[in-house]
Formats: sequence, C-alpha cells, structure tokens
Amino acid sequence: MSDITKQTLSELVNNIKEKKLSSSEVTQAFVDRSEKSKELNTYITEDFSNALEKAKKFDDNPKLDLKLPGIPMAVKDLFCTVNVRTTAGSKILNNFVPSYESTVTQNIWNEGAILIGKLNCDEFAMGSSNETSFFGNVQNPIDKNLVPGGSSGGSSSAVAAQLTPITIGTDTGGSIRQPASFTGTVGLKPTYGSCSRYGIVAFASSLDQAGPMAQNVKDCALLQEVISSYDQKDSTSIDFKRNQYSKELIKDIKGKKIGIPKEYRVDGMPKEIDDLWQKGIEYAKDCGAEIIDISLPHTNYALPTYYIVAPAEASSNLARYDGVKYGFRADGENLIDMYEKTRSEGFGAEVQRRIMIGTYVLSSGYYDAYYLKAQKVRKLIKNDFDEAYKKVDAILTPSTPSSAFKIGEKTNDPVSMYLNDIFTVPVNLAGLPGISIPAGHDSKGYPLGLQIIGKAFDEQNILNIAYAMEEKINFKNKITDWWIK
Amino acid sequence: MSKEKSEYLINRNDNQYEVVIGLEVHAQVLSQSKLFSTSATKFGAEPNTQVSLVDAAFPGMLPVINEFCVKQAIKTGIGLKAKINKRSVFDRKNYFYADLPQGYQISQFKDPIVGEGKVILDMLDGQKEVGIERLHLEQDAGKSIHDLDPKNTFVDLNRSGVALMEIVSKPDLRSPEEVNAYIKKLRSIMRYLGTCDGNMQEGSLRADVNVSVRKKGTKDFGTRCEIKNVNSIKFMQMAIEYEANRQVDLIEDGKTVDQETRLFDTKKNETRSMRSKEDAHDYRYFPDPDLLPLEVSDEFIDQLQSEIPELPDEKKKRFIDQFKLTPYEANIMVSDIETSNYFEDVVKKSDVKLATNWIIGELFAALNEKNLEITDSPISAGNLSKLINLIKDGTISGKIAKTVFEQMMEGDKDPKKIVEEKGLKQESDPKALETLIDKVIDSNRDKATEYKSGKVKLFGFFVGQVMKVSGGKANPQLVNEILKKKL
Repeated sequence: MSDITKQTLSELVNNIKEKKLSSSEVTQAFVDRSEKSKELNTYITEDFSNALEKAKKFDDNPKLDLKLPGIPMAVKDLFCTVNVRTTAGSKILNNFVPSYESTVTQNIWNEGAILIGKLNCDEFAMGSSNETSFFGNVQNPIDKNLVPGGSSGGSSSAVAAQLTPITIGTDTGGSIRQPASFTGTVGLKPTYGSCSRYGIVAFASSLDQAGPMAQNVKDCALLQEVISSYDQKDSTSIDFKRNQYSKELIKDIKGKKIGIPKEYRVDGMPKEIDDLWQKGIEYAKDCGAEIIDISLPHTNYALPTYYIVAPAEASSNLARYDGVKYGFRADGENLIDMYEKTRSEGFGAEVQRRIMIGTYVLSSGYYDAYYLKAQKVRKLIKNDFDEAYKKVDAILTPSTPSSAFKIGEKTNDPVSMYLNDIFTVPVNLAGLPGISIPAGHDSKGYPLGLQIIGKAFDEQNILNIAYAMEEKINFKNKITDWWIK
Repeated sequence: MSKEKSEYLINRNDNQYEVVIGLEVHAQVLSQSKLFSTSATKFGAEPNTQVSLVDAAFPGMLPVINEFCVKQAIKTGIGLKAKINKRSVFDRKNYFYADLPQGYQISQFKDPIVGEGKVILDMLDGQKEVGIERLHLEQDAGKSIHDLDPKNTFVDLNRSGVALMEIVSKPDLRSPEEVNAYIKKLRSIMRYLGTCDGNMQEGSLRADVNVSVRKKGTKDFGTRCEIKNVNSIKFMQMAIEYEANRQVDLIEDGKTVDQETRLFDTKKNETRSMRSKEDAHDYRYFPDPDLLPLEVSDEFIDQLQSEIPELPDEKKKRFIDQFKLTPYEANIMVSDIETSNYFEDVVKKSDVKLATNWIIGELFAALNEKNLEITDSPISAGNLSKLINLIKDGTISGKIAKTVFEQMMEGDKDPKKIVEEKGLKQESDPKALETLIDKVIDSNRDKATEYKSGKVKLFGFFVGQVMKVSGGKANPQLVNEILKKKL
C-alpha cells in the first residue's frame, strides 16, 4: 500500500486491527516519508530505528484491542519521554534526556502507539511561528517559507505533511489551535485540568494544556479520549467523568445554540477572515444549530492580561534552568557569573524577553498594578464566558486574525506576533476547551480555521459541532509535496 | 518588686534601654516524607540519596501536597491556641541559589495555614504571654558544601523540599532569658504533639532573631536587625546580648541603627552585617499555579483537635491539682513529655512526695552527670517506684536507698534484689537493736555518764555509733527511741 501515510488514523487503526496492515508497514511508511521530508525541519530528535524495532515487537505479539494498536506517532518536544532527548526547543535542554515519561505520552503508549520522534516547537512553547526554536524554523507544507504557526509548529507541519498520522501539542495561548489553523488541520485545546501536565516542560502552569492535533475531527476525538485522564501527580488535574469522545461522536447538533461574540470582530481584521466567519455561521445553521449574538465585553483585555500572567509564571518556571543540575552550563568565574552566562547563552531572545517581562510584573511595587490586576481581569473574562453560557451551548469564532505568514515577516515585531493569539488567548484564560477546524482558504490558497469554544468539560459537545460542520465544509488541504525531491 | 528583679535592661550613661525581640522559628515537621514529594527525610543519610525528581526540580515535575504535613501544621496551630485558617495559599518565593533547585521556595506568604495564637512562659517571677503572629508551611532548601573542594561547591539536596513550619512570634520578648523559655516551651509543645522533634543539633529547630532596642518607657519600636539562622538557644542568647549592646552603643554615640540582616559569628561572638535593607531580595512572591489553594473542612480540624494530647499547660495544672505538686515542681515535671510520662509511671505505684524528690533530686543529678536524657535512664520508672516503696515501708533507710540507687544506675536492677543480695535491709527488730545499743553504751561508759550528767549533745554521738556498728542498716527512728530509754 503506497498510500499508507494518506490514511486517516481511524483507517490505519482499522487496517491494523483487520490485519490488512502490520505496525511495521505503517511505521516504515511514516519513517520513509519523514526521511524524505527533512527540509520541513519538523523533527528535533528522530527515533526511527527504535520505532521500527518496537513496531516489529508489536507485530510479534499484537494487542489489537488497544485504541492505537501499533500506530507510529511523533510528539511535540515539550513532552518528556523516557530515554529520548527532550529539549523544549531550547539550547538550555539540548542535552537533556529524561528518565521519566509524561502522563499524556504514557497514556498514548499504553494504548499501543509507538514513538517515532520529537517534533520541533518554539523555545519553551513561546512563539506563534516556530521561529524561536533553537533548532531552526519549520516549513509549513502548504507553501515554501511559510510558517506552520506555533508554538506546536513541528506538530502541525508533521500532521499536515503526513509524517505522523496524528500528534499532540500543548496550548498555553493558542499553540495548538493557531498552528492547526495555519496548516489546515484540526487541533483541540481541552479544558484546563483535563490532561495531566505531569512531565510536560512548563511554560505557564495555570494556562498550559496538552491536546490532540489531527487530520480530522474523528481522529482528534479518539486521541483526546486516550490522553485525557485524572492524574494525582498533577494537583490541578480534575477528576470529572470523561466521555468516550470518539465513540460518542455524533453529527446531530440540531437545536444547539451557538453564540457569535461581537467583540471578536476586531479592527483591521482582514475581510477574508470575516467572510470565513460568516460562512461558518451559515454552515452551523445548515447543521440545524441556532445562532445567537452574544457579548464577551472584556475580550479587549485578554491579550494584555495574558502577556502579564503567562510571562510571570514563565519567569518563575524557567528559574530551574540554571546550569546547576542538568542541561546546558556555561563556565563562569563564580556562581552568579555561571548563572548569567548559562542563561544568556542557553535561552533565546524571545524567552529572555518573556522572563524579563515576567520578572518585572512580579517585582515589588509593580505586582499590584500588573500581576494582581491581570488576575482580576482574568476573572472578569471568565465571568463573561459564564454569562454567555447561560444562553448558548458553544461559541463560534475565527481561530486566528490572519492566515499563515512568511518566515521572518513578523520576527522583529513581537506585538504583531502576539496579536496572532487574540482569538485563542481568552479561552486559555478562562480554562475552557476550544477546537480549531479548517474551514476554507484565503486568496493565496492558505488554510483558514474556525474555532468552537465550549463550556468547561464539554469537549464532547464541541467535538460534535466540529464533526457536523466538518462534513458541511468538506475542506481539502492543498498540499503538493513541494519539498520532496 | 519581683517584676523589677527580672527586667533585662541595658544601662549606658544615664539611660536605660529595653530590648525588644521577635523570633521566626523554623521547625522541621516530623514526617516520613517531604512537603511535596515522597522522598524520605531521615537525618544523616548519604548526600543526595533522598532526592526525587520533584526535589531536584526536573522539567515537568509537579509538587503534590503531603496531607500528613498539613495535619502536623494544624496540630501545632491548635497547640499554640491559634486560629486555623480553613483556606491557605502556597506562594512561590523566587530567588537563585545553587541549593534551591526550583529557583523558588514554595512557602505561604499572604494566607498562612495558621493565624494568631499564644504561648505561656513560666518565668521565675510569674507567667508571661507571648503572642504568635502566624505559622506557615514551607519547603527547606538543600545544603551547599563549600569546604570539600578548593574551587567547587558541592550541593546536597537531601534536605531540599523537607517540610518546615515557620512560627513567627510577635515582638513580645524582652530578654535572652525569655527567649530561652520561649524556645523551650515551643519545643516542648511540639514534642508533646509529635509535630517536631525539636532536635537543634540536627537543625530541626532554628530561628531568625529580630532585635531592637528602645529607651525604657518609650512606646515606639526601634529599628530592628534580623540575625539569620541561629541554631542553638545559647547562641541566640549570646547574639541578642551582643546585638542589643551594639545597637545601644550606636544610639549613645548619636548614630542610627540601620535595618539590616546580620549573621552571628559563633567563634567571635559577634553579629556581622550580611545585607542592608537596600540590598534586600525582591522575592517576587506570587501564588504557585501548580498548587490549588489549600482548603480544610471543620470536620478535618475537629478530627485533629480530638487527637491533641494533654499539653504542658494543662498537664501542669493537673499535676498541681491531682498530685499537690508545687508550681515549681510541676513546671519541671511537664517541661518535656518524656519526663512527665516517667513521673506519672513512677507515681502510679508509689508515694508522690518521695517520687517527686527522687526524680528532681537524685535522678536528674545522676542523668546530668552521665549526660543522659530521661528516655535513656538506666533506672526504669517501675524500678524507681519499687525503690521508693522500700523506703516508704521502712525496708531501707533513705541513706541506704542512695547506695541502692547508685547501683541501679549501673544497670536497671530490681532494688529488692540489690537489698537482698547485699543484705542492706534495715534492722527494725527492737530486740536486736537493744542488744546493739547495749553494746555501744557498754563500750562508751564514760560518755554515757557525761550524757546523764547533762551533756545532751552527746546523744548524736550515740546514734552515730549505733548506725556505724550496724553498718548503716539500723532503723534510725527505732534507734532514737531505744537510745532515749536506755540512756
């Protein structure tokens, strides 16, 4: 079967279960395509030969009742993986090999999947274009020199280019949904507390969530079902009844009330985006949903709030990378000198910028004006959603204010880069689930995404809406394999 | 009058200065595992053998609160008669140091688990109440070892993440003597509760000491200096004396005291500036987003309340009521839980008055001499009560009892057996004593005549002679009676 890598996850699982394909065949196919796709720079660390060995072992003793039987999978390099280098896209962890496994990846391997490699990402997940990675830019398979989004840029690129049937990313302010939108793929940011943060290199603890990235909604639902679990090793993990998301997935959303927040019609938003949103509203109506205008009055404050809260937590979370215990260390005259050199050389510019912002907003004299106020606004933003959900079941917005941009286009303009997250950030601040699905193309032929935001723990509902709309939209990604010689 | 006597004042020229002291005591929570990880907390283990991935702050590792440590903190709060806060918050205190793997210490800043309470001190001239400001839970740091290598510093993370209770007093202490009593009382309460072993040699109890001085009679506090991390009561007292005098000297010289952090040099017996207020760290406290606020229910607190044993103040009251001890004796008996347990074991089966005297007198002296704690006493409570019963029923005299006691100190022997084996039983048979006394009078005829002619002082001589001849075993009371008749 030459078209193995073109199959959806569900097809691959079925073919392996029905013994039409072996894990070795599937793994080999994705390894081969990955080998031919080095120009995309999706991988930081390849684990191909181990993967093929594991696939062979699986075939020798296949466990076909598992949810991901013998399925190869590359994951974002923010997840700690036993004995496989984990860098978080940073020089400071360039040589770091964990002795432990993140809960989310462990859940995946427990269902029979096989690690094939670690995917590129923005350094410590700080970025919207994958350009802050120590390991270089990632190419968007949609077009040459186009960013794949970020921070899960390696993940979005790898799924879109079919180097992995499915993958996981992490989303602190949009890092799953924005790259999914830029690559014509599906990405779900689950409710805060749904997926354990244990073993994920932390960026901003109160916002970070792992989530699935896939070619379609059904695959996404299946992976969410696998990775979401209550974990006592994460004190913020929540013990709620989790659905069998893929089994319970339905297209019937008749009578669902979908809210359209007027504040998301921001100044200077390209007409293409507005048109896409209108089309999305029509699709939702076609599916039988009821459209209701709503207001989320504090939306304007979400981005500034996020850029106080996230750097504050990051400045503290990244203090452990000091050259003392593990990772990169630069020699110094004394302890302070060693710290300064290690962190100056080990962290890239964007990470340093955010550490400085975070340190500043937490400093005495500024704490009340910035951090404390941001926490209050965060509460108001959450209240907005709570109010809205008294009237609606879900909210529909664009995923991003623009399509993918060229590598280097926004590098020197961090604020314009930060604006990428304008539609995704409020969802993280409120701890809600949000899914981005591909919904059309702009004039350049680049994909555009729509975001469906749900109530807390209501992943099933937004997956169902996405599933129904996906059928109506009938999106086809335009990928030419331009990078394969 | 008595209040004047205990007042600790520093006199300079014509001025009298009062010393104001507040303590931040760091007490290690007695628990098997650390505050946010399952690593062991045993003292003296090989370096870096009790370190988990969480303690060493590996990427993606998360803290999970140890419920037992929370219980210990609440129990301590109850012991300090303090308000227990049903909602408390863990904050990050950010600073860089090689033995602080996370780059922050998880502590409680704005919302501690325990609020205001009090400790009662028994001073020679009466009781004194010291206010407790708060008690909060926090992680200990690791240990930097600077003297193993000329160029490098080594780090031992065994202590990293161990649970500490920081107990902050109000500035209510006024003398080194009160500090001594306060630390001892705090230690005693926590040992009664089993929440801290109070072992100062092992660093389980250490304190930051805040000292300021002011002219006697003034109300406002002077500028304070904080003496960091002092680990024995003696050093605390020495540091306070030095520091208070230093501050008085500055003021008398017309200079001002700078608010600063100082270190106590135990070798030179002086405090030295560590950093000034301007150089003070900005710890950038903020709530730890890895941990939810800690919420405890009334039931949870009630359950812990029901597990609180009788504490020193209550026990003292009971000892006075039940055993008629003097306040002085009661204080000694309740000063630590082991002594009070020992005392209660002894008096279960023997006379209280004798037991009190023997424990406070002979036993404490003997233990002191051998540098032993009461828990290591060679004489068990059971055998001490047997000895007391032998005295009480007249089997042996108090004097012989001391000989028996000495032998018991050599190993926990049954006093009855010692008395039997060595033939130390008191002679109380009047006939035998008469024979003995007759002999003594016979061989001292001249003295007997003198006695009869009025030299009554010689009576003591005859008693002594009888005791000597009997090898100390004659019942002194009977000897007295018979001698009187015979002479």
